[in-house]
Amino acid sequence: MRYLTDRKRAEGKGAAGTGTEHAWYMKVSGVGLALIIPVFLVAFGRALGGDRAEVILALSHPAMAILTGLVIFFGLRHFASGAQTMIEDYSHGTTRRALIIAVLVLSYGLIATGLFALAKIAL
Amino acid sequence: MVQFTLPKNSKITTGKTWPKPEGAKTLRKFQIYRWNPDDGQNPRVDTYFVDMDRCGPMVLDALIKIKNEIDPTLTFRRSCREGICGSCAMNIDGINTLACIYGMDEIKGDVKIYPLPHMPVVKDLIPDLTHFYAQHASIMPWLETKTNRPAKEWRQSIEDREKLDGLYECVMCASCSTSCPSYWWNGDKYLGPAALLHAYRWIIDSRDEATGERLDDLEDPFKLYRCHTIMNCTKTCPKGLNPAKAIAEIKKLMVERTV
Repeated sequence: MRYLTDRKRAEGKGAAGTGTEHAWYMKVSGVGLALIIPVFLVAFGRALGGDRAEVILALSHPAMAILTGLVIFFGLRHFASGAQTMIEDYSHGTTRRALIIAVLVLSYGLIATGLFALAKIAL
Repeated sequence: MVQFTLPKNSKITTGKTWPKPEGAKTLRKFQIYRWNPDDGQNPRVDTYFVDMDRCGPMVLDALIKIKNEIDPTLTFRRSCREGICGSCAMNIDGINTLACIYGMDEIKGDVKIYPLPHMPVVKDLIPDLTHFYAQHASIMPWLETKTNRPAKEWRQSIEDREKLDGLYECVMCASCSTSCPSYWWNGDKYLGPAALLHAYRWIIDSRDEATGERLDDLEDPFKLYRCHTIMNCTKTCPKGLNPAKAIAEIKKLMVERTV
């Protein structure tokens, strides 16, 4: 039990000075993903059922490769930001910070892996 | 981490069933949360029966009748009896509201009454609102000016005054904040709908000259941005206000000054 005044307890360490950028990014990327994911699903869906060569041919088309890259990059960045918000909601202290680091490592790891695989296919 | 179960000493047990009033024809059953910090016992739910032919129409009428005629130890806050003071906020039939303006005819079956959720309990139906009030104070709920005080008054157009409608009516009953899951999980840092509604009330006041400082104070992932537009606040507000809209307006102002 710390002897803090009610006001000091309520104000804590003050405002962090961030938050708007994160919220604005989530909105913009959410709208962007709502537009490109259906296009990606339709385009990628056409390649489904084909053999390996046909799928690789479809993915190596410049438009399809750029679209896939955008979905991987912005989709996983959006996931990272959303997951960070959820972690901040439900966990506290060191657990919170460790989980945020883990989800960022996972997301950016998946982005790097996905873009590397795409580059190998498309280039 | 978030706790999904109550600690052992907070688990609710079955309480006492008080005798039915003699000669009553129209009985209503009340199940009311009881906890006394002095007896070392777990909280319990007591059952009371009220003669509705001799009781007013509001839940607060029944609570006062129970306290006066059945169990004088039942403890709750009340004052104005007309929805102005915000004292009698409690969870009635699963809804955070004011007992004085919540009619018993709106409730089907037994009347279940608990204190406002997720707040420390002082006794029975009285929550500890210390932190809630301190958060309200932290948003500086007063007119901040830098210009010299005018000789007569700070003038405001009719249109600017109208912008305060739907905001100034808040009675700080805490029904909204205690219905908000974000406030449950992060109430230590998140200001909650009530404090943010009041913050917006001063941000858009045309006479206030601390708009930038007020927005600076809210620029925080927790103080403001824990609001996920769940809308429980707006649904439960016994005064029919819309704290979720006020919070959304603050977020819009934040974006406007950035982008």
